[in-house]
Amino acid sequence: MIRVLLFGRLRDVAGWRETAIEPAPASLAALKGLIAERWPDLSEALAGPGVQAAVNRGLVRGDAVLAAGAEVAFMPPMSGG
Amino acid sequence: MITLTDQAFDPGAALTAFSAGRSESGAVASFLGLARGEAGQSTALELEAWPEFTAPEIEKMAQSARQRFALHDVAVIHRVGEIAPGEAIVMVMTAAAHRREAFEACDYLMDYLKSRAPLWKKEHGPAGARWVEPTARDLADLERWGS
Repeated sequence: MIRVLLFGRLRDVAGWRETAIEPAPASLAALKGLIAERWPDLSEALAGPGVQAAVNRGLVRGDAVLAAGAEVAFMPPMSGG
Repeated sequence: MITLTDQAFDPGAALTAFSAGRSESGAVASFLGLARGEAGQSTALELEAWPEFTAPEIEKMAQSARQRFALHDVAVIHRVGEIAPGEAIVMVMTAAAHRREAFEACDYLMDYLKSRAPLWKKEHGPAGARWVEPTARDLADLERWGS
């Protein structure tokens, strides 16, 4: 099982903020493939400019291995201040 | 110190507390960001954070500023949740031996917070709600620091 968290407009697009996926996909790329099948709108939004992924609270670029229990967050462009 | 709060805060009290007991810091600079009403077009801002991630990421920025500008101390207060026009959203305070470092560190931290802090801002108004993303100006501001 892995947990997936969404923030900002990604949460609005998907209509959920957090979900568990079982069985755990082996990689971030596999997770994105699964998202494309289940939530095509979200998949399209994830491909947009400036969307970043964090695995276990560390930003990752490109693909990453996902262990069971991993927490994956997808974050649209950040805007504080 | 990094503070994320869903409550309105008193900037004057924060600055007084930050400045207290500093006998070696010749300069304290602060920046206070307020929510704009945009002539009625913005009735509220909603700031979303992921506290377990947002606070440590801002702490990393603060430590980077501390090293780069030889700060004696730095503090960031950032609101989350719903914010009304005129309320403070963010306050950055820096203490250094001399003013230049304190001013520049405030400027640097605000540029980072605008487009690199894990916060997401939604503007509510009469026409509905929209997510605010960094502007070209925000991104150009960040590039000034050579990252």
